[in-house]
Amino acid sequence: MWSSLSAAFPRGLLVALVLALAPAGAKTLTVCPSCPVRTLKEAFALAEDGDTVVVDGGHYAEGNLVLDKSIVLLGKNLPVLDGEGKYEILTVKADGVQIRGFEFRGSGVNFIKDQAAVKMVDAEHCVIENNRFVNNFFAIYLEKSRHCMIRNNRIVSNAENENYSGNGIHLWNSFDVDIVGNYVARHRDGIYLEFVRDSRIVNNVSEDHVRYGLHFMFSEDNLFRGNVFRRSGAGVAVMYSKRTRMEENRFEYNWGGASYGLLLKDINDSDIRRNVFFKNTVGIYADGSNRTSVYANDFVQNGYAMRIFANSMGMIFMYNNFLGNTFDVATNSTESYNSYLKNYWDKYEGYDLDKNGIGDVPYRPVSLFSLVVENYPQALVLLHSPLVQFMDRAERIFPVFSPKAIEDDQPFMFRILWSEWKNLPSDTER
Amino acid sequence: MRGAVYKIFKYTLFDLLRSRWLGSYAILVGLMTAGLLYLGDDPTQAAVSVLNLVILVVPLVSLVLGLMYHYANRDFALLVLTQPVPRGSVYWGQLLGLGLSLTGAYLSGVAVPFAAYGALGMGEVDWPTVGMLLFVGAMVTLVFSSLALFVGVSNDERVRALGIAIAVWFVLTFVYDSLLLAFIILAQAYPIDRWVIGISMLNPVDLARVLVLLHLDTAALMGYTGALFRKFLGTGLGTATAVLALVLWTVVPAVLAGRVFARKDF
Repeated sequence: MWSSLSAAFPRGLLVALVLALAPAGAKTLTVCPSCPVRTLKEAFALAEDGDTVVVDGGHYAEGNLVLDKSIVLLGKNLPVLDGEGKYEILTVKADGVQIRGFEFRGSGVNFIKDQAAVKMVDAEHCVIENNRFVNNFFAIYLEKSRHCMIRNNRIVSNAENENYSGNGIHLWNSFDVDIVGNYVARHRDGIYLEFVRDSRIVNNVSEDHVRYGLHFMFSEDNLFRGNVFRRSGAGVAVMYSKRTRMEENRFEYNWGGASYGLLLKDINDSDIRRNVFFKNTVGIYADGSNRTSVYANDFVQNGYAMRIFANSMGMIFMYNNFLGNTFDVATNSTESYNSYLKNYWDKYEGYDLDKNGIGDVPYRPVSLFSLVVENYPQALVLLHSPLVQFMDRAERIFPVFSPKAIEDDQPFMFRILWSEWKNLPSDTER
Repeated sequence: MRGAVYKIFKYTLFDLLRSRWLGSYAILVGLMTAGLLYLGDDPTQAAVSVLNLVILVVPLVSLVLGLMYHYANRDFALLVLTQPVPRGSVYWGQLLGLGLSLTGAYLSGVAVPFAAYGALGMGEVDWPTVGMLLFVGAMVTLVFSSLALFVGVSNDERVRALGIAIAVWFVLTFVYDSLLLAFIILAQAYPIDRWVIGISMLNPVDLARVLVLLHLDTAALMGYTGALFRKFLGTGLGTATAVLALVLWTVVPAVLAGRVFARKDF
């Protein structure tokens, strides 16, 4: 992944250099409140492909700006482009456009068009870097674009409900896009991808969104890694997507009546590894997820570590740590077509006579109470009642009801220190 | 009469304060709370564990210590009753002394470790939750000490009384919840959320548990019924009902026991 990322970036840079240098008379235009050229509209009219437009300070409210030349836009002293809460601010319809160092403010809420602060339409090799986005409807919007880089932007809005808010970074029908090191807060979805493939979302922080921190729809072969998803309706929702890799992320404080750390809905062949789930109502919620492996993750102090519905098949749970969760695993059926193996469960009370670090008796992570609750939700009123604790304990000693199909027959005796592993054993075992 | 109640109360209180049992109880609660706090890594988790203490240990100890004190003190009560003192004042003095000293033991046992935890800077103490824990524990103590006196006053035989007390404890902590669970399962086809809330408010132990849980993050786990509960208890009416239910659980057995005591032929 790093190789592909580093490959993608210099390529973007190279293209930029080529575009900037190739035309013989590439020139630089300066826009500022006291310059001869005072509006971006004028500058866009004067510029030619390959030119650089430097905007030095100032506040520009010029309605909807349309840029159809491949130029480099450089902001000095943080010039502000203002949509006045009415317009789409900048619409780009050319390849190789770079936008750096601007503040975009107040793209207008619209229920017919997705108005964005920056919209790329059918663009290649775009770069959006080091900008600030304040109180926009949609902030960055890529439509049928490819080979783009969205890096180190700070994107903050003031979304309060789903209807009147848009997404921070929105990708539609795009591929090979890198979204790196951004901070996104208080939008509807922090980052939204629909019909997107071969893209990478790395080292972002996405928090306090009305809906999801990161949202995949109908997307394939994407990777997200090293991100933090905090205090949203769901940290990440992956829906109707294939081959998504989810690595080394932190999902935390996604807490509320209907909140999830990671929501999986009809996804296939994906890989979830080395993530930390901390204090989410539900760590992983899997509905119709197939052939997905969950390796070496920490589930710490969640309400439910995982809710795995019986329509999920062929999932493998291995080398995970379950620490201080109210429920480890909940499911709605006694049947299960997933395998649980070699995890550490802090509620495990078995023994290890041969001292090989693996418990000698199996652990059944679905407690009787969680099974009851799944079928009779009102029974949750009895949470932490002595009766429930007695019931669970009795069931653990003489299992009658708890699903035999969900059983870890090689539970670890001690917490698995997977962060110290260079390669996951599962890489070879699989 | 007020003077007499106060005198008996004072005597009972000092007598209990001198007894080994009360001190041991306070220390036991303190050690358990401290252990849960310092050995665990999360004060919220500790609060949930202290809640278990409130639900299981506090009622049992209140019942048993209450009964033990009642029987140990019987001769003294008889002696006092031969004096020109109203019967009521002897009873109420005893009840107040018993209830307040047990409450004090519980409160100090829980509050001191939490306060030390906060003061030593070992972590954030969520005082509203701890406050609710203290309030609820105090109420449970009062409920079960008045139940203890009721059982004690109505039975001369102490083994029988102890048996009844343990049965009461068992019914309120286990049997009641089992019946509630059975009800939930059997009546699943009907809209029973309000009923479930009503039924769990009738039991002081359940009410105590729910009041504390709604204060913790755990509330989000309690689903639709939990949300309804929260909404109800969020209103003035809801809070008043909850507190009233706990107060009734204290006052009704106390008054009943007072009537038995007043008419009793010693």
